[in-house]
Amino acid sequence: MKAQLLEYTLRLGDNALILGQRLGEWCGHGPILEQDIALSNIALDQLGQARMLMQYAAEQKGGDFTEDKVAFLRPETEYHNCLLVELENGDWGRTIVRQFLFDTYNYFFYSALLSSADNRLQEIAQKAIKEITYHAQWSAEWLIRLGDGTEESHQRVQRSLNDLWEWTGELFSMDAVDEALLAEGIAVNLAEIKVQWDQKVNEILSLATLKRPEDAWMQSGGKQGEHSEYLGYVLAVMQHLPRMYPEATW
Amino acid sequence: MSSKDNWKIWEIFIRSRNGLSHKHVGSLHAPDAEMAIKNARDVYTRRSEGVSIWVVPSEAITASSPDEAEPLFTPSDDKVYRHPTFYEIPDEVGHM
Repeated sequence: MKAQLLEYTLRLGDNALILGQRLGEWCGHGPILEQDIALSNIALDQLGQARMLMQYAAEQKGGDFTEDKVAFLRPETEYHNCLLVELENGDWGRTIVRQFLFDTYNYFFYSALLSSADNRLQEIAQKAIKEITYHAQWSAEWLIRLGDGTEESHQRVQRSLNDLWEWTGELFSMDAVDEALLAEGIAVNLAEIKVQWDQKVNEILSLATLKRPEDAWMQSGGKQGEHSEYLGYVLAVMQHLPRMYPEATW
Repeated sequence: MSSKDNWKIWEIFIRSRNGLSHKHVGSLHAPDAEMAIKNARDVYTRRSEGVSIWVVPSEAITASSPDEAEPLFTPSDDKVYRHPTFYEIPDEVGHM
């Protein structure tokens, strides 16, 4: 039970941390100043959520563990984020599609986490849901404008949507950790939020004049620590400094 | 995205607290009004600067011309009596 709660906390924290790190790559490279700032803001929100979750994870680990150790000293195989968030940013459209698919999931996930039996997760959800609500609105608005924009923007986001679709199945697959904690009232029932996600995604895709890809074979493994070839590079950049200079401080 | 060509410029007004009026804080690019509000939120209210946002297309603003500055503004320079500085303020009123 304790081990499962720790893994669950890390899954949420790693989703936030890795997505935040990916979005941070856009800083200084956004298509226009305003969008650069918007994405950097979202990246910082994700980082803030990651911190709360990693502080909780560090407390559960006990001893001299700190949030920094949790973030910077774990190898790839001990990361539990879903694969979707570690994928490359690609062009602006692809980043928006990834963000939309994940934000929509995250919105329904954290809405459900508000009634978790674990007090700490519930508190974190209360703080995070306001930010996540904005993220979900923002990426949906963007997807509508790109999908229903020019011929080129439409083609690009449709292609990204087709490419990224196979990484969405993992968001809703329940494993032993999910099942055990769901029985305790702690975890979110992913089957329930899948229904809400489908409905919202269909609604936005239709407004964006985009075609929902067929459900085919879905990638999985990130939650259990089996990652794509991309995560190693993300961690190399993120962990380089604290590993090279363990005593470094601001 | 050839953004700068087809994105309008918007003037942003922020109300910092309830009861105060909206103040012009700057301008930004956005494809439409809704995105202008979202951009304004991200660019101008990140440090809790506001409780309300107005966005106005810059093209909707009619500005006075610098050429007209003299007829518009200089006539008031020599009319000091328009400032309420000739009144004696009773002590009970205190600082005004």
